[in-house]
Amino acid sequence: MPDKTLTLEVVTPERKVLSEEITSIIVPAIEGYMGILPNHAPMISGLEPGIIKYKVAGKYKKMAISGGFLEVSDNKASILANTAELAEEVDPKRAQAAKERAEQRLHNKSGVDLLRAETALKRAIARLRVAGGDQH
Amino acid sequence: MASVSDIKRRIRSVKNTQQITKAMEMVAAAKLRRTQGAVVSARPYSNKLEEVLSRLVASSPDLKDALLEVREPKKIGFIIVAANKGLSGGYNANIIRSAVVSMAHHRDQEIGILAVGKKARDFFRKRNYKVEGEFIGISDIPKLSEAKELADAVKAFYTEGIYDEVYIVYTQFITAMQHKPKTKKLLPIETPQEETGGELDYIFDPSPQTVLNQLLPLYLTNQVFSAFTEAKASEHGATMTAMGSATDNAGEMIDKLTLKYNRARQAAITREISEIVGGANAQQG
Repeated sequence: MPDKTLTLEVVTPERKVLSEEITSIIVPAIEGYMGILPNHAPMISGLEPGIIKYKVAGKYKKMAISGGFLEVSDNKASILANTAELAEEVDPKRAQAAKERAEQRLHNKSGVDLLRAETALKRAIARLRVAGGDQH
Repeated sequence: MASVSDIKRRIRSVKNTQQITKAMEMVAAAKLRRTQGAVVSARPYSNKLEEVLSRLVASSPDLKDALLEVREPKKIGFIIVAANKGLSGGYNANIIRSAVVSMAHHRDQEIGILAVGKKARDFFRKRNYKVEGEFIGISDIPKLSEAKELADAVKAFYTEGIYDEVYIVYTQFITAMQHKPKTKKLLPIETPQEETGGELDYIFDPSPQTVLNQLLPLYLTNQVFSAFTEAKASEHGATMTAMGSATDNAGEMIDKLTLKYNRARQAAITREISEIVGGANAQQG
């Protein structure tokens, strides 16, 4: 019997990033990472900036997203993200620079919006992890 | 009557103009194609977003959010999306006229304008409207971050109670030749009322309320973004059409001038021959 699959679709306002048959997915939900398997109950969940891991043909692939939504229904997982980048699309230098900038801001706490700096840091870290093939 | 060399000079000048308008037409056509691509690739996202929002509202209708709150309108914000430059036929004039008409419906309320594009800003500022914000640097293919900047500003104005309603006036893109000025209510957000095929029992994580609070700003940004992309696509379309007809007109003018040039040349030759013949006859006689 073939493996059960669900369709993963990742869309951003600028393009459709991905549409693939997968066997499982792990997403950064608001209250922590969450795994979704085929035949999941219908669900809508908010997502934090972080890494999406999805399994295709027994192998995990990764993608960095900067927050958004997940909708699951009828064996179809749709992710609406502001931005989404596959591992090979991430620019590690830019992400590294963004990370340092955000850290600097958090460190100084000088009148900047702390929440924004924190989100920026999360985004940068997610990108770096995806690009670096880090096993987290 | 214009001399032969005068006509020749005119022809050359019109040809130069034609070259420029032709180049502008082609540039606009290339930009139009890319923007049209952006309009199309934004569609799955907006459809999905609307779908999720309508499901959410259908499953739990009594949720609250600052962006849904309906107030007695005392002051209304108008976002008017026009271009930064002219040479696009009636594009700017049409959108500005339509904005003036829309604002006339709200004569009893105070009105504040957020102008997008230099043309909108200059027009309304010159006529002493209250221009309370301006967004000039929208790229030829709008970026999400540009839409977000405006959406965030509008959101702040709304939640602080400066505006009680916000409308956006932009040009809807139908085809390259066909665009329509449109006024859309942006805030308070009117949630889409679609029938959701078979009421699925959704789990909301962590709660419907949190999801809604997170979803609405995205929805707002996306509405602004799609207005921007459609307006830009219309602008490129209008420029393309205007420059296309300018090129055609220049061609027509060149044809007419060439005919005139040939006639003048012919007349000069005929005159010369008749002078020579006349001279020869006089000598023989």
